[in-house]
Amino acid sequence: MILDVRDLSTTLFTRRGEMKAVDGLSLSVDAGETVALVGESGCGKSLSALSIMRLLPDPPARIVAGEVRLNGRNVVGVPEETMLDIRGKEIGMIFQDPMSSLNPVATIEKQITEVLTTHGELRAKAARARTRELLELVGMPDATRRLEAYPHQLSGGMCQRVMIAMAIACSPSVLIADEPTTALDVTVQAQVLALLKRLQADRGMAMIFITHDLGVVAETADRVVVMYAGRKVEEAPVDDLFEAPLHPYTAGLIAATPIPGAERAARLADIPGMVPPLSDLPRGCAFAPRCPKVMERCRRERPQLTEPAAGRSVACFAAEKG
Amino acid sequence: MSLLALRDVHVRFNTAAGVVRTVNGVSLELAKGETLGLVGESGCGKSTLGKAILKLVPLAGGEILVDGVDIAPLQRERLSEMRRTVQMIFQDPYGSLNPRSTVGRSVAQPLIIAGSKPAAAAARVDTLLGWVGLPADAKQRYPHEFSGGQRQRIGIARALALSPKLIICDEPVSALDVSVRAQVINLLEDLKSRFGVSYLFISHDLSVVEHIADRVAVMYLGTLVELGGRDQIWRNPQHPYTKALLAAAPIANPKLARARQRTVLQGELPSPIDPPTGCPFHSRCPIAQARCKTDRPMLRPVGNDTRAACHFI
Repeated sequence: MILDVRDLSTTLFTRRGEMKAVDGLSLSVDAGETVALVGESGCGKSLSALSIMRLLPDPPARIVAGEVRLNGRNVVGVPEETMLDIRGKEIGMIFQDPMSSLNPVATIEKQITEVLTTHGELRAKAARARTRELLELVGMPDATRRLEAYPHQLSGGMCQRVMIAMAIACSPSVLIADEPTTALDVTVQAQVLALLKRLQADRGMAMIFITHDLGVVAETADRVVVMYAGRKVEEAPVDDLFEAPLHPYTAGLIAATPIPGAERAARLADIPGMVPPLSDLPRGCAFAPRCPKVMERCRRERPQLTEPAAGRSVACFAAEKG
Repeated sequence: MSLLALRDVHVRFNTAAGVVRTVNGVSLELAKGETLGLVGESGCGKSTLGKAILKLVPLAGGEILVDGVDIAPLQRERLSEMRRTVQMIFQDPYGSLNPRSTVGRSVAQPLIIAGSKPAAAAARVDTLLGWVGLPADAKQRYPHEFSGGQRQRIGIARALALSPKLIICDEPVSALDVSVRAQVINLLEDLKSRFGVSYLFISHDLSVVEHIADRVAVMYLGTLVELGGRDQIWRNPQHPYTKALLAAAPIANPKLARARQRTVLQGELPSPIDPPTGCPFHSRCPIAQARCKTDRPMLRPVGNDTRAACHFI
C-alpha cells in the first residue's frame, strides 16, 4: 500500500468542548487506485484529508491517535521541515476552490516554478521550461501565453488545471483531490475528471477523491469509503456499493440521487432530519435518529465496523443481522 | 393564455470592459401548473432571465407578459400586484434571509407590504410554516438557528405567503446536501400538487431538473438553444450543446457510467463581452461548419414539440 491510514483520530479543541471530527478512520490506497471518500458537509472528509497532509490548523485541530503510513513511513509526528519535503514530492493535494487556493498576486509561471525549485528538483531556467510542459500536460489552452497570466485572468476550470499542474509537478505517489470539480460547470467537470484519470493512468498515482456527489463517485472510484459524523460507516468496491449498499445511510444517499434517463419516480427518496452537529452526537449510532432500520440497541450502543464479505465493511447492527 | 410569456427578451449590462449581452433574444412560454426547467452553465444568463421576470433587472428589449400583462410599464401599485403573482426563492438560504429579523417577521413581511393587518399576517405565518414542515416555534427564532435545508424552507414559506401563481426557483437546492436536497425537492412537488403553483426551475444540475421539470429550456451564452418536453430532451436531445451537457452529467451508477459513450466537450464558455459571431456555440461545436460562423440559427420546430436553434437538425 502506498498510503495506509490506520485508526486516525482528529479532535477539535474548542471553547465549547472537544469534538471528534475524525474518529478512528482507516483507509488505504494502492498505486493506480482511486478511493472515493464520500459524505455530506461536516462528516469529516476534508478534515481527514488535511490530517493526512498534516495541514490541520492547530489550534483547534490535532491528531490525537492513529498512523498515516506513506510509502511505509508513519508521517504523524515527523517534524514540520520533513513534512515540507514530503508534501509535493510524495503526496499532493488539490482543493475545491482553485481561485482562492492560488496566490492572486503571482503569475502562473512563478507559482508552478516555485514548486519545482523549492523541492530542489530544478534550477530556475530548467524549471521554467518544465512549467510550460506541465501546463501543456494538464491541457491548458494556449499554455505559453498563460504563463504570464494571473489567476483572476483565468476561468475556474483553468485555475484547477494550474492547481493540478502544481500538485503533480514533483510526481507524488499519492494525490488527494478534495471536491476538485464541485465549483466547476458540468462540461468543465467532465474535462477535469478525464484529465485526472489520464494523469493517474500515466503515472500510476494513488488517488483519494473526496466528494459529496455520488455521480462523480460512480465515474471515478474503484473503492468507496462512506463517512458519517466523523466515522467510516461503510467501505466497498464501487460496483458492490451501488448494487447492494449495506449501511442504511449509504442506501439513503443512493436513493436520493436521481439517475438521468431513468424512469421518473413520483417522489425522490429522502433521508429525514439532518446531520447531527459534532458537538451533540447521539450516544449510540450517530445515524440512529434518521435511520429507517433503527433498533433499540442502536440508540444505546455504537456499532463497530464488521467485515461481512471480502473487501467490504460496515458499521451497522441492522446490516449484521441481515 | 400562458401564465408567463417571454418574447425576444434582451438584457444588457454596461461594464468597464464593454457591453455584456447577458440575455440575447429569449422567447418562451410557461403554462399554468407547469414546471419549466431552465438549465445551462454559469454565465449563460439563466439567473438574469429569472430576475428580469420580476423586473429586478431592466429589459433592453422584448416583452415579458405575466398573466397576459406586459410588465414593462408597471409602476408602484401595479408592480407590487404583479409581484404577488410571481415570487422567487434563491440559491443561498443563508444570504437571502435578514439575520437580524426573526423568521416570523421575514415570512410576514410580504403580507405586511401587501396590506395585511398584523394579526392576520401572524395567523398566516403559522399556516405557512406548517405547510413547509417547520415547527410553530420557528417564528420566534433567528435564521442562524436553522440548518441550510430549514432556511430554504423558510424562504419557500415566504415565497408562498401571497399565494403566487408562479415561483421562480433560482438554484434552490444547489447549496444543500444530498439527503436534504431530496427533502426540499419533494416539498416543492407537494406544494405544486396542493396549490397548483407553477415553477420556473433554474438549475445547473441536470438530474434534479429531470426529476422536477415537465419541460426544459437549455440556455447557452444568453440564448435558448433547445426547448422541449422533459422526456424528449433526455431521450432524444437535438442540439449538439444539449447532447454535450447530458453526456457530461455524471451518472450515479458505475456500470451505466462505464457503458456510455461520451465525447467530452472541449473548451470553455466564450466571453459574453465578445461572443462568437453566428451561432454562439460554433466555437465548441463538434458539427460546426462554415455557415455557423456567420448565420445565427433561430429557434425553430424540429418535431416532437421540440424547438432547437441549429442549422443541422
